[in-house]
Amino acid sequence: MADSAQTYETGKHPELPPPRTEVGVLGWIKHNLLSSPLNAVMTFLAILFLWFLIPPLFEWIVLDAVWTADSRKECWDKMEVPEGAACWAFITGRFRLFIYGFYPEASRWRVNLSFVLLLLAIVPVLYDKMPGRKFGLWYAMAFPFITGWLLVGGFGLTPVDTDQFGGIMLTLVIGVTGITFSLPIGILLALGRRSKMPVLRILCIMFIEFIRGVPLIALLFIASSMLNFFLPPGTVFDLLIRVLIMVTLFASAYIAEVVRGGLQGIPKGQHEAADSLGMTYVKAQLLIILPQALKISIPGIVNTFIGLFKDTTLVLIIGMLDPLGIGRASLADAVWSGLSREVYLFVALFFFICCFSMSRYSLYLERKLHTGH
Amino acid sequence: MPTSMTDSIAEDEIRHPTKELTVGEEVAIEMIAVHKWFGEFHVLKDINLTVNRGERIVICGPSGSGKSTLIRCINRLEEHQKGTIVVDGVELTNDLMNIEMVRSEVGIVFQSFNLFPHLTVLENLTVAPIWVRNVRKAEAEEAAMKYLERVKIPEQAAKYPGQLSGGQQQRVAIARSLCMNPRIMLFDEPTSALDPEMIKEVLDVMVELAESGMTMLVVTHEMGFATAVANRVIFMDFGEIIEQNEPHEFFNNPQHERTKLFLSQIL
Repeated sequence: MADSAQTYETGKHPELPPPRTEVGVLGWIKHNLLSSPLNAVMTFLAILFLWFLIPPLFEWIVLDAVWTADSRKECWDKMEVPEGAACWAFITGRFRLFIYGFYPEASRWRVNLSFVLLLLAIVPVLYDKMPGRKFGLWYAMAFPFITGWLLVGGFGLTPVDTDQFGGIMLTLVIGVTGITFSLPIGILLALGRRSKMPVLRILCIMFIEFIRGVPLIALLFIASSMLNFFLPPGTVFDLLIRVLIMVTLFASAYIAEVVRGGLQGIPKGQHEAADSLGMTYVKAQLLIILPQALKISIPGIVNTFIGLFKDTTLVLIIGMLDPLGIGRASLADAVWSGLSREVYLFVALFFFICCFSMSRYSLYLERKLHTGH
Repeated sequence: MPTSMTDSIAEDEIRHPTKELTVGEEVAIEMIAVHKWFGEFHVLKDINLTVNRGERIVICGPSGSGKSTLIRCINRLEEHQKGTIVVDGVELTNDLMNIEMVRSEVGIVFQSFNLFPHLTVLENLTVAPIWVRNVRKAEAEEAAMKYLERVKIPEQAAKYPGQLSGGQQQRVAIARSLCMNPRIMLFDEPTSALDPEMIKEVLDVMVELAESGMTMLVVTHEMGFATAVANRVIFMDFGEIIEQNEPHEFFNNPQHERTKLFLSQIL
């Protein structure tokens, strides 16, 4: 042990280890939980709160819950205290409805295949170390079209009407489409809004401000009812397609503003350096400006994506049955009515898992792209 | 003779060129009656300047005198509103093709380095050759390593700019410009943002560049560098070229009152 009172000759001071209470588990506890009397009290109260909250909640959700039953009555009969725990039988019995909506039984393999294709498309986008990533990215770009075609019954398959889409599958269709198309459109809008060409700039500003100034529900109503007035009589324009367009445009206006914020964070010197090397506008944007601007914008972009994903539940207002819509419809069933807690918890869990994953991925991406030091 | 000041280094610390520096006959840059305004502010007034191939010109003057604006007009980072600028036989107009051609022939080194923080040092050097000149990646990297060796930091190739010291970053910036094989190099106060001990390493690279016969326009207050390398020193004030002369005469025998005043303040 080095004696702290020991003195050393100038210039000969050795590197000593830090005090034991400053590092490791002890250090962490000291700095994070007990750094001041107030902090210590807060830590104690938090532990107490969790102590009283977690066990009963765990009993209600898992230990005492009933997983199989044919009606609410049977469910409650199985419990020690009626209504004393969750009745997941309601959810497990309708699980397929929550996932596939009213998609025809015989064709549900197409939904499963689409889900596998989605996972295959996500991997090259998320992980840049994947071998053959270039082809993966081309595939990811083609993915929305392939899957869309597959789901409505292209490739010589039985056609499926889009009003049979529902449940988690509908959420994923709207969410994934909105996310993949709103990012490029949003970037173009942001560049347009900063353009030196007045006509282009004013058009972009008008578009962004109009979309941002109108609630998404209003846009969805416009999509479901008013659009017919503007289209030639007799045109059949699928409702789901209209919803997809509206959701995408809505998100792209927000993305545009987020990206514009990122673009403004890039110093003028970066533009000048790119220009001075002879880069054209497009090359300077693609190679120098956008990679940096998008990196700054990651939290805002992911925030917009999460908002978009949750806003997909609004389609239930125009009669489309996403998981929340299916849940509400199921509650109308007399045999099961009264189980709203289970339904809403289940739907909340689904959205939470999706949104929390996006949030964690964005943190990972920020750390990975950090080159500052 | 100039002595050291707080933010520059003494003349005897500067490496002097080991071979004779010559000036060619061919004209590299021609500026005729150039005027420029920033809004209402008349920043360049009737600038006439001819630079021959191989010339090394140091431009000095008080801040706000238009010296940075003058060299930034040469690669069109600033647009002039009156007069003619011809660089390497190409006149700078609104023609984008001409501007991009001139820019890829003229390198510029900024006071604040302006390296691309999201790219490694090697990528900083190769991005323009690959995407502007269509050089193959392997070739571009080989050339980049050659220039990194020339500025004496090949071992930093894989690092990001944020991990380097100011002096190293500025040397990377010089190497980045050189990778485009420019015929003219502009320096906009390249050492002003550096600590004194880093100024020398950057100036050494610039002396070496002068020895290679590069045409250089340098905005700087490093008077030691001017005496060692420049064949002409230009003094600007209030947007005008007040006086120009070869360095020895310029420092020892300034003609104009404003030049005398400026020199008495910085030396």
